[in-house]
Amino acid sequence: MRVVEKRQLLSAEEIGRTLQRLAHEIVEKSGGTKDLALIGVRRRGVPLSQRLARIVKTSSGVNIPVGTLDITLYRDDLSTVAQQPVVQSNEIDFPVDDRDIVLVDDVLYTGRTVRAAMNGLFDLGRPRRIRLCVLIDRGHRELPVEASFIGSTVQTSDTEIVEVRLQEIDNEERVMLVDRVS
Amino acid sequence: MLHRLEHLLGLETLTREQVTFILDQSKPFQEFHRHPLKKLATLRGKTVALAFFEPSTRTRISFATASARLGADIMNLQAESSSLKKGESLIDTVRTLEAMRPDGIVIRHSSSGAPHFVAERLGIPVINAGDGTHEHPTQALLDALTIRDRKESFDGLHITILGDIIHSRVARSNIHLLSKFGARITLCGPAMWMPRELESLAPNIRRVPKIEEALEGADVVFVLRVQTERINEPALSAEEFILGYQLTAERLRRAKPDALVLHPGPMIRGLEIDPLVADGPQSCVLDQVTNGLAVRMALLYHLVGGAPVDSSENSKEQSSAAN
Repeated sequence: MRVVEKRQLLSAEEIGRTLQRLAHEIVEKSGGTKDLALIGVRRRGVPLSQRLARIVKTSSGVNIPVGTLDITLYRDDLSTVAQQPVVQSNEIDFPVDDRDIVLVDDVLYTGRTVRAAMNGLFDLGRPRRIRLCVLIDRGHRELPVEASFIGSTVQTSDTEIVEVRLQEIDNEERVMLVDRVS
Repeated sequence: MLHRLEHLLGLETLTREQVTFILDQSKPFQEFHRHPLKKLATLRGKTVALAFFEPSTRTRISFATASARLGADIMNLQAESSSLKKGESLIDTVRTLEAMRPDGIVIRHSSSGAPHFVAERLGIPVINAGDGTHEHPTQALLDALTIRDRKESFDGLHITILGDIIHSRVARSNIHLLSKFGARITLCGPAMWMPRELESLAPNIRRVPKIEEALEGADVVFVLRVQTERINEPALSAEEFILGYQLTAERLRRAKPDALVLHPGPMIRGLEIDPLVADGPQSCVLDQVTNGLAVRMALLYHLVGGAPVDSSENSKEQSSAAN
């Protein structure tokens, strides 16, 4: 699959400011940090959730628990792919019961990843509440899923891909809109 | 990209990378067993046929549980009620099973090579749960996972295998697996159960007749069961075997202080293994059972999951989940 870069959606600086704003929004709309926990959806939700937790720590001194969720086993398309994707472990070392959980991911698109993430969470316990925080909402929902905390909303077409590149994974820091070419 | 494994028939022909892949993929399933809710929908709609032509409790239950936890349905075939006893040939039995359209078959059979025979003729993934005296690959994989969790690497590890080696498919699979990673292997048992040909199975393998010498400096000790069902008459009386080859606490002290003791089960306490050792701090038998579930879930996920091997979907590139 060949892609061509169309335009930059967020620069490194803009990502930083967006995360600052999102972190404060989460704490504000949760009425504080009580029972709050962040769970990053693999892959890029993970560094995002860790950064959000660090911002909260810096500004309020509170350590919110952060976990990592791998949704591979909960995907709804596994029976259609020729080779099963590699599974990774969750890393959630706190109980999920009665927690006020914020799922963190880079891009919200069809909503299928979030549905899978919720299935994964319910296998671990019964959270009091689950809300979603994403860096980019690109529309085109195929399931009734919504985000409570959105960095930026972008209009996209079906052939376009939103590429979030983060230092921890991609060794660069920006969000690009790319297009598939035949 | 790893060459897609279609079947798991044995470890002899797998590469080091393929074995490492299976062990690595077992880790998320180890973590899965700490979940309060141990039920996935990953293989929902798939059926796994368990064709056990030899008696088995632990392996059969392990595969059945692994399949069920992945959400698959199970087709159960047990030797006692098998049409094989009524004179039906192996190929007809499995063709009957295939007509019921399972998505994968786990097979245990008294003939070495039976799983290969079946794999060549049916269009579905086959997992070898033990064939004759040939291999028992999932046992060796769970043993390797148990060892790897405690020792940093297999390279240079001193492994001692005790007992009825010639009849042991577990021993063969372990030899094939561990030697791929540079382990040094010492075999020890009564001479008639340790033919010279065993030394050609792998590089860095030796036979030692005396148990004390065989255990000297060992990092891992495998204790095998005496396979009385496979031999025509015991070559050794039980008393002689215990005297010469039982793993006692005192003999175990010859091995390294942090040496691991593994047994594929079922154990015959007081025969090949001293109960003190079986229940002692170095014994890993319970972890082996837990790891068996993880390994089998990983294998079923990768082999039975996904689009069928010969379907047109096979040409589709591996897609990543749409967000």
